[in-house]
Amino acid sequence: MSVLRRRRIQEEDESTRIVDYDLDKKLKSEKEMMMMSKWSCMDSCCWLIGCVCVMCWSFLFLYNMIPSSFSDYMSEVIRGRLPDPPGLKLKKEGLRAKHPVVFVPGIVTGGLELWEGHQCADKLFRKRLWGGTFGKLYKSPLCWMEHMSLDNETGLDPIGIRVRPVTGLVAADYFALGYFVWAVLIANLAQIGYEEKTMYMASYDWRLSFQNTEVRDQTLSRIKSNIELMVSTNGGNKAVIVPHSMGVVYFLHFMKWVETPAPMGGGGGPNWCARHIKAVMNIAGPLLGVPKAISGLFSEEAKDVAVVRAIAPGVLDKDLFRIQTLQHIMKMTRTWDSTMSMIPKGGDTIWGDLDWSPEEGYVPNTRKQINAFDVIDDHNKYQNTKSKTNHVHYGRIISFGKDVARAHSSQIQRTDFRGAVKGNNFANNGCGDVWTEYHDLGFSGINAVTEYKAYTAGDIVDLLKYIAPKMMARGSAHFSYGIAANLDDPKYAHYKYWSNPLETKLPNATDMEIFSMYGVGIPTERAYVYRQSPYAECYIPFQIDTSASEEDGDMCLRDGVFTVDGDETVPVLSTGFMSAKGWRGKTRFNPSGIKNYVREYEHAPPSNFLEGRGTQSGAHVDIMGNFALIEDIMRVAAGATGDDLGGDHVYSDIFKWSEKIKLDL
Amino acid sequence: MASVLRFRKLCFLEPAKCSSYDEKIKKTDKKQLFETHKIDGKNYESANVSLLEEKPNKQHQRRPPKEWKCIDSCCWTIGLLCTLWWLLLFVYHCLPANLPGLQPPEPPGARLKRSGVTALHPVVMVPGIVTGGLELWEGRPCSDGLFRQRLWGGSFTEIFKRPMCWLEHLSLDNETGLDPPGIRVRAVPGLVAADYFAPGYFVWAILIENLARIGYEGKNMYMAAYDWRLSFQNTETRDQTLSRLKSKIELMYATNGYKKVVVVPHSMGVLYFLHFMKWVEAPPPMGGGGGPGWCAKHIKSIMNIGPAFLGVPKAVGNILSAESKDVAFIRAMAPGLLDSEILGLQTLEHVMRVSRTWDSIISLVPKGGETIWGNLDWSPEDHACDSATHRQFDMKGNDTDGRRGFQVHESTKYGRIVSFGKPASEVHSSEFPSLRSQKKGSLHNATPPVASCGKVWTEYDDLSRETISKVFENKAYTAGTLLDLLRTIAPKMMRRAEAHFSHGIADDLDDPKYNDYKYWSNPLETKLPEAPDMEIYCLYGVGIPTERSYVYKESPPGRCKSIPLQIDSSADGNKNGCLKGGVYFVDGDESVPVLSAGFMCAKGWRGKTRFNPSGIATYVREYKHKAPANLLEGRGLESGAHVDIMGNVALIEDILRVVAGASSVELGGDKIYSDIMKMSEKINVRL
Repeated sequence: MSVLRRRRIQEEDESTRIVDYDLDKKLKSEKEMMMMSKWSCMDSCCWLIGCVCVMCWSFLFLYNMIPSSFSDYMSEVIRGRLPDPPGLKLKKEGLRAKHPVVFVPGIVTGGLELWEGHQCADKLFRKRLWGGTFGKLYKSPLCWMEHMSLDNETGLDPIGIRVRPVTGLVAADYFALGYFVWAVLIANLAQIGYEEKTMYMASYDWRLSFQNTEVRDQTLSRIKSNIELMVSTNGGNKAVIVPHSMGVVYFLHFMKWVETPAPMGGGGGPNWCARHIKAVMNIAGPLLGVPKAISGLFSEEAKDVAVVRAIAPGVLDKDLFRIQTLQHIMKMTRTWDSTMSMIPKGGDTIWGDLDWSPEEGYVPNTRKQINAFDVIDDHNKYQNTKSKTNHVHYGRIISFGKDVARAHSSQIQRTDFRGAVKGNNFANNGCGDVWTEYHDLGFSGINAVTEYKAYTAGDIVDLLKYIAPKMMARGSAHFSYGIAANLDDPKYAHYKYWSNPLETKLPNATDMEIFSMYGVGIPTERAYVYRQSPYAECYIPFQIDTSASEEDGDMCLRDGVFTVDGDETVPVLSTGFMSAKGWRGKTRFNPSGIKNYVREYEHAPPSNFLEGRGTQSGAHVDIMGNFALIEDIMRVAAGATGDDLGGDHVYSDIFKWSEKIKLDL
Repeated sequence: MASVLRFRKLCFLEPAKCSSYDEKIKKTDKKQLFETHKIDGKNYESANVSLLEEKPNKQHQRRPPKEWKCIDSCCWTIGLLCTLWWLLLFVYHCLPANLPGLQPPEPPGARLKRSGVTALHPVVMVPGIVTGGLELWEGRPCSDGLFRQRLWGGSFTEIFKRPMCWLEHLSLDNETGLDPPGIRVRAVPGLVAADYFAPGYFVWAILIENLARIGYEGKNMYMAAYDWRLSFQNTETRDQTLSRLKSKIELMYATNGYKKVVVVPHSMGVLYFLHFMKWVEAPPPMGGGGGPGWCAKHIKSIMNIGPAFLGVPKAVGNILSAESKDVAFIRAMAPGLLDSEILGLQTLEHVMRVSRTWDSIISLVPKGGETIWGNLDWSPEDHACDSATHRQFDMKGNDTDGRRGFQVHESTKYGRIVSFGKPASEVHSSEFPSLRSQKKGSLHNATPPVASCGKVWTEYDDLSRETISKVFENKAYTAGTLLDLLRTIAPKMMRRAEAHFSHGIADDLDDPKYNDYKYWSNPLETKLPEAPDMEIYCLYGVGIPTERSYVYKESPPGRCKSIPLQIDSSADGNKNGCLKGGVYFVDGDESVPVLSAGFMCAKGWRGKTRFNPSGIATYVREYKHKAPANLLEGRGLESGAHVDIMGNVALIEDILRVVAGASSVELGGDKIYSDIMKMSEKINVRL
């Protein structure tokens, strides 16, 4: 009974409490209702932000708490055990640092920083304008463009602006955050004992013409002095040079410069290269130029002369800053002399004429193009099974209209554009400060260009001289695109020939070795189909005819671009020809018989997302992370010769194509 | 699972907690409640049941508002803070750059550019100890992911994340003074090596920026970064740093129209460059083989900033007990780290262990012995402490005029760089024996030897108690006997380091033994190069109290304390204030006393002396310290402090003028505020 009563009392208590609660709740909810009106918008906003912040932090915290071995374990489960990075593998083999290594970065990959600028670039002193985060580009694009441009007349600094290359290994280890260029190679070299004193990044201002880097910054002198220093402080072991992309051409220029007597050259004497250089290991070097450079200069449409598009695709394609993105970019890049060093060299002899080209008959694997993630089947890749009735005319680097690209030369009616009168129909008013030389061309000029129908590598230079006379006047003082008839002609002592392998002799250095290392198996731009663009007030009058595609089997033509085998940027012909034929054995371009090796790396895309940009990539920049390539470089740096590596290593038809090129050797 | 349970528990406890709060309200509304009771009295049972049934539902509804209380208000606060922060940031960025009140003063570079000063001579900067960055090239497994990241300089996050690993990687080998096996830590190259020490803490950045304004850039500026932990000759042995410096100077000379370079070393960089000048002219196996005319051909002038020519007393404190106020900025960066005992009670021991592997610290031990630094009863600075102390108490710097505020009546015995006990630092040397006997008694009661402490190895562990008590008995050490003291307490370190550095005064500079590299960084044991056209400037700040000598005591016995000495911070002077916290202060730049910075330029090298056979012109330019007037000025535009002086407008202007080709006459020759000339007079060095 008592228990029951107690329970009752308890119940009573409870019930009262519940009633209390109820009432309280009513009261409180009323209060809350009053408060809620105030709370609703601001406070819930705050609450949300707070929540998100807290979540982020806690996730970050958790992420940091996870021991690194766990994430290693996870990735191992997902993708299987990765092979040892080459650095570790070779260290186990007992390889040690021996020869000092010099890196020569290519175009666009080197960082540029501001040393003096206009008002709008205040606070950017010694900050990167190019490379890094590109923060400035988004904040004030016009200011950025202004500072990145060079002077239109001289090709040097505009007044009041000094933009200089970043120095040291940081100049090009990462191009943007997380986008490695040299970093992987550096890390691997460090594992066998390399460090700052035995590695040198020969960074230079890649916007300038090569000789101007010496005139303005004395870059060539610095490279010379640094190589001499490294050789002497490393017990006389000669340097191994590893240039990439345009750096290959730059270093070619350097080798001539350094042995030339003082006023024009570096005064190192005729044996400088022999005394200081063990090997030149060219990575994806566009020795004979890149067709991409043409479309870049012609209509600013190359898929990626710069990696810009990869980094910020929206900036170029959509019209972010008003309607003149492409024009602005064209205005900027046309002040960069270096782009002209990549115009295809060697004319029709190398790149083919209207009806012939060394690569004709090349059949790319269609599957590879459609689905890049498929494993490449080596067997049917280069099988030229069906004899084709109409082969692709790669020689016509630019053709107007798809039909022109297909037709036989006898069917094309061409009127010469050279000397055609330029019209003056364009009033240069509405375009503001955007200045491309197309304004001076006029309608008749544009029509004259179109009427010529098809341009071969030889015509291209003339074409560019016609449409951009000022730029080419500046450029042709620094670069030349021909083939030398007689290399002993005293005119070839001029520096403008030094970066053209077909117009210079290699230095006299019998013990030196040259490696041409590049990726293959990626479709690479080789020729373009153009059309006139629809008229607008300020416009670039030509554009790639993206509607021109090939429907039948061979898929060589896609979106107005003919592709061949290469590393996505440079066709095999340009990277490989000199080592495969031009310099092979004792030729007039290689009088001392420097040994040449062609080493190709078959492209295999990363098998899954975790691999990042892949350890077997053959793409132009991603190849810097290719383990096989890194291993080759490390072996040479540790003392191996080209024969130790196994000599040539070829997947493509480069030897066959080189055979077809009739060049006097 | 456990966490889920805990969370549920929390949820269920919440209402209970909150109910206590509700009871408060209940009281206020009691009346009302009673009425409801009456009304519901009849239907009590049914109501009860229904209420009970409703209970679970109610709880469901009730929960959201309850949760608002705890987590949500937290979220709310954080959100509010974040939003406010962003708003403020946004407003800050939107502010026009040139608000009238916030207009920064015009940098000297811009002003000089308008008056037509432009780049002429290439500039070489030589950073001092600690300010240069160090990065990892090869390390132990614990340093995963730090490849080519800064271990020293930058944000120092690694100290906090994995302190033991960090210490291990910064140590050098105990025997060789070079890399320990498997670890490669190297100096960061380029201007970034020492432009900022930590984010926002400039070292060379301001000077670089001003140089850039008059036209300098990467091709005519060079930061001679070196691994400041190594002895000077070892930087060449391991990294070929001296060879690089030579090649860089030659290159800049050649590519800048054969204009000689101006060298701007700072702090220990001064000694490093002195070493370089001897090295470069010495013949190859030991030297750089530049030949006797190299310096004359390539160097226009040397502008030593805050030079530690004759050493720094601070270094002594650091070696003895790792206690110097800031040979490193470590304390400034992380004051708690050293003082409190985070790393398992042995912070100081760890720091000592690491820093004792750094040979370079020995280069900063006072040089010249008693002749320069004074003996037991005499020192050149006898009356120098008034000004210093004055400013110490009035750091605002408002009364820089009151420099000669009041005189000290009895002379401070600065010559005793280390003395044990306050009396020993004050009494005349003839009274020492009496002190000694007193002390003996107390020593007898000393605690038994402490148990050795695991892997922390300082050489103190190897010392017997007798040795230590002998050390104490000696009462006072001058700059001369100090070296004996160091040899006693740290025999291995001194053996290693004394192969690289020497601290005496040469009797006969033509003695062939002075060709050895260990003498090259001691200005009293080398001749300056044969370069009559060269100029040497000593630029340093004055007007800040600077450590000059220490009062030591025995450490209180601790369980694991293996450093038997510590500065007697209870020893304070009376009104004159020369002694504070166990440290005697003199005039200087907070790190280097005036004597060390100025003596060589003021007397040792002035005119044609045996140390300066070709009569290189020397100039003393002092900069009086003025603390920043307000917060906006940051570390001050007129600071004289050892590192902050790099932002001193007058100093920067002097450097800019010289690099642009001005001669010393245009600068105005000597500019002296301190008593350096008087002090130098008192020093009897044969010249």
